[in-house]
Amino acid sequence: MSTNKRFGWSVVRHYLTAPQILHGLVETIELTITSMAIGIAFGTILAVMRLSPNPLVAGASWVYIWFFRGTPVLVQILFWFNIAALYPRFAIGIPLGPQVGHVNLTSLITPFIAGMLALGLNEAAYMAEIVRAGIISVDEGQSEAASALGMTRLLTMRRIVLPQAMRVIIPPTGNETISMLKTSSLVAVIAVPELLYSAQIIYARTYQTIQLLIVASIWYLILTSILSVGQAYLERHFGRGTSRQTRESIFERWRRNLFAFHQDLS
Amino acid sequence: MDGPMVKAEEVHKRFGRLEVLKGISLEVQPGEVMCLLGPSGSGKTTFIRCINHLEKINSGRLWVDGELVGYRQAVDKLYELSDSVICRKRAEIGMVFQRFNLFGHMTALENVVEAPIRVKRIPKDRAVASAKDLLTRVGLSDKVDSYPAQLSGGQQQRVAIARALAMSPKLMLFDEPTSALDPELVGEVLDAMRALANDGMTMVVVTHEIGFAREVADSVVFMDGGVAVESGKPGDVLVNPQHERTKQFLAKIL
Repeated sequence: MSTNKRFGWSVVRHYLTAPQILHGLVETIELTITSMAIGIAFGTILAVMRLSPNPLVAGASWVYIWFFRGTPVLVQILFWFNIAALYPRFAIGIPLGPQVGHVNLTSLITPFIAGMLALGLNEAAYMAEIVRAGIISVDEGQSEAASALGMTRLLTMRRIVLPQAMRVIIPPTGNETISMLKTSSLVAVIAVPELLYSAQIIYARTYQTIQLLIVASIWYLILTSILSVGQAYLERHFGRGTSRQTRESIFERWRRNLFAFHQDLS
Repeated sequence: MDGPMVKAEEVHKRFGRLEVLKGISLEVQPGEVMCLLGPSGSGKTTFIRCINHLEKINSGRLWVDGELVGYRQAVDKLYELSDSVICRKRAEIGMVFQRFNLFGHMTALENVVEAPIRVKRIPKDRAVASAKDLLTRVGLSDKVDSYPAQLSGGQQQRVAIARALAMSPKLMLFDEPTSALDPELVGEVLDAMRALANDGMTMVVVTHEIGFAREVADSVVFMDGGVAVESGKPGDVLVNPQHERTKQFLAKIL
């Protein structure tokens, strides 16, 4: 691999830090963060709704999840990109009352906004199920004790149930974030200049296709590695109170395991 | 205060087709300690869960401190109270559970200050000061920063008692507080409850600890099959039971 000249490692090195690629990298990070934020926030609301005793509220959440999980995310991206064809003008006003104002959807929905909405709203459906699994994993006695202390349903959810559900929620959410980082490359189809599309623009001009795909892959790998470390720290934070042992930092654990490994060898 | 702290009148409770409470009537006076005894499935636990509306009753009437539990009466119809009103009333009643139910992600101190700060909106420094006071009273001044998983069952249950007391309740409900404990840890929890009774707290205790009932209770109710079979002073019911069912139960347990 390293001796095959056709890989063109010098080209890879050259483009790895090219301004256009770095700009695409920033765009990818922004897209991942904003759409995951939408997914987690909206997904949590959907999960709480699905567990509501009110059948109308629970039903609305079910329909949402059914729809957004049931259609391809690529279709959803194209749909949001073209939404302005349905509603060129989006009026804001009181129903049957005066119109307060209006926005021009054609100019509001930029490719970036369309991609963010599509990825975020799609992610919400998956996050809803992850958060719901976390909530039902918390012992019922916890919310009963909170009720007996006079805490309302929402306060109990926010202060008692969700923090303990985190332990179950975080590993699959880390998975989703890593998956989102890569799925965000799909918005290349609506010409959002993120990492993959930036690479595509360059190789369309220079024909160095393989080299630029390697550049993009290297950056994706670096980002997912950073995310994995972040996930480990989050898990440690929300795992507090679950073990009898005193906690060691992740660095300490690595050092201890490495040390044990050396001992095994000698 | 003149009326009873708890008053039940023909309380019925069904789970589906199973009738768990078949008309319970009783009164608990302010400052009184009442022990509910009886075999498993007799409805003791269900009954005290009705007192703070963790379970809804199907018919009958239940009052705490002169107010209907969970409902308001307009003419001759009952309307269920809103969630926020029910919560406000629950905040005045402390409850201790068989399985402790301490909040696992919080230290002992955080467990105790949570509801005073979030529900009663007591300033944090005052809540922390009185929480430390309460934890000292139950003998846990050195466990303030421990998580529940680092405490023994008996210590957890004493934190749970402190947590309930932090809301300055007018009534304390105990649901088999020592049933999940190792035998050698039962004493420390009963001691904490005894101290509370001596302070004049009104208490309703579901328990299998006959010794505790005989020594601390002002009244004892023996329940079986969803009805209160026999009630009275512990000296009478426990020493000289009138009903056959009570005699059988006491013979087995003593």
